[in-house]
Amino acid sequence: MVELYETSEITRERIKKYLEEGKRFDGRKTDEFREIFIEPGVSKNSEGSVKVKIGKTEVFVGVKMDVTEPYADSADKGNLMVTAEFLPLSSPRVELGPPKFDAIEVGRLIDRIIRESKFIELEKLCIKEGEKVWQVFIDIYTINDDGNLVDAAGIGAIAALKMAKIPKYDEKEEKVIHDEWTNKNIPLTKDIPLSLTFHKIGSHIIVDPTKEEEDVSETRVTIGASEDYISSMQKGGETELKKEEIEGIIDLSEKLYKKIFLKVEKFMK
Amino acid sequence: MTAKKSESFERPDGRKQDETREMKAKVGIIPNADGSAMFAFGDTIAIAAVYGPKKMHPQHLQDSEKGTLRCTYNMLSFSVTERIKPGPSRRSMEISKITEWALEPIVMIDQFPNTVVDVHINIIQANASTRCAGINAAALALAHAGIPMKEMVSSISIGKLDKNLVVDVSKAEEDWEEGEGATDIPMTFTSSGEMTHIQLDGKIKREQLKEAIELARKATKKVYEVQKKALKEVGE
Repeated sequence: MVELYETSEITRERIKKYLEEGKRFDGRKTDEFREIFIEPGVSKNSEGSVKVKIGKTEVFVGVKMDVTEPYADSADKGNLMVTAEFLPLSSPRVELGPPKFDAIEVGRLIDRIIRESKFIELEKLCIKEGEKVWQVFIDIYTINDDGNLVDAAGIGAIAALKMAKIPKYDEKEEKVIHDEWTNKNIPLTKDIPLSLTFHKIGSHIIVDPTKEEEDVSETRVTIGASEDYISSMQKGGETELKKEEIEGIIDLSEKLYKKIFLKVEKFMK
Repeated sequence: MTAKKSESFERPDGRKQDETREMKAKVGIIPNADGSAMFAFGDTIAIAAVYGPKKMHPQHLQDSEKGTLRCTYNMLSFSVTERIKPGPSRRSMEISKITEWALEPIVMIDQFPNTVVDVHINIIQANASTRCAGINAAALALAHAGIPMKEMVSSISIGKLDKNLVVDVSKAEEDWEEGEGATDIPMTFTSSGEMTHIQLDGKIKREQLKEAIELARKATKKVYEVQKKALKEVGE
């Protein structure tokens, strides 16, 4: 009954050694994602929900809506709230109890990617300025963690938003009818943002790490990328990045966006 | 014994009184887990993962005599029409404990002192009878994990709608208002027919309750068949 949740020293060393030769355990190139798979429909009771798999990593993302008061600083805009829960079901490393920072960070990263890219036209979700607006909840749940949860969550968030239908709203009673839906979609812009995360291992930059590779990662940068823009960024981890490295990541994000977008797009038609 | 049929009574979805919704079960759905399974009654879908036996932390929770079974039941926020705030609630904590009690009689973890077997149950889509689907998925996941078990357990809900007993209560039935309204009786039985769990909310005469228990015992045999089939289908 040995508990070996962490990646062993031997494996860590070998991952680094392989990378010196430009190789990864599963034969991928450094800038290559695992197979992406999106399946619509986790719960009929959601406004929209999807299962996203990247390799063995799996997340469920669902959208729910409600009508509420707007925030004081955005009286004419709908509200957005993104939460991520790392379920103990998804990995032996997740413990019971209140959410840890890693889950909170994923929720916040996806929140900013959606918010800053202005993917949701929140101004169109205002019912009565200063009084009533739609609130959009995006909830992310991990089902199996084999690395790169954040990019999977990002794909799940946009896919769930794309398919979501706005629930019916009884204007007289001022109440949402939670189990009846209109045929209207949430107003979204054409620029689809993606979460793209880059990891530094030794002198190498890789994307879409497995859990083992994530354990070796020295630092990471998550970019909220659209085709023409970068609208959010966050560096995590303890190691510094050289000028060429961060510039390399910025350049790579353009190429990678196009590749991942094509893979994601085919599931959204 | 079959459910008495009153002349005019019809279930909202047209099922026979002793008919469950379509049951589905699958084992081995979460690669990271030591054991995992999905169980569905129609639109109610539960998934469960087992981790362990592993050392119990913190240490003061360790039992030096035997292993501990720990169940957690959780509903995804969007599994229901009105979003649930993520995190545990009084309801989910009680169902977690009920699930432990339903499973403990069959789980043989006495020989693993100081350890815990974690069973994590998540309801991903809800249309009533979620705790029963959860217990069925949990029992499958435990078997898949190779945890020593005396036998299986299978869970079903019996409803009394007005005066009529029905098997596998749906949301529309749970909200039944005509006549005497709805009584909900979730139960769990071992494959040899012993009861490991019963709850009841509503109002029912003693004789009819006995009838409901027999109806449940019979229905869990069908649940058991579905569970057995799923376990045979495991390729790994």
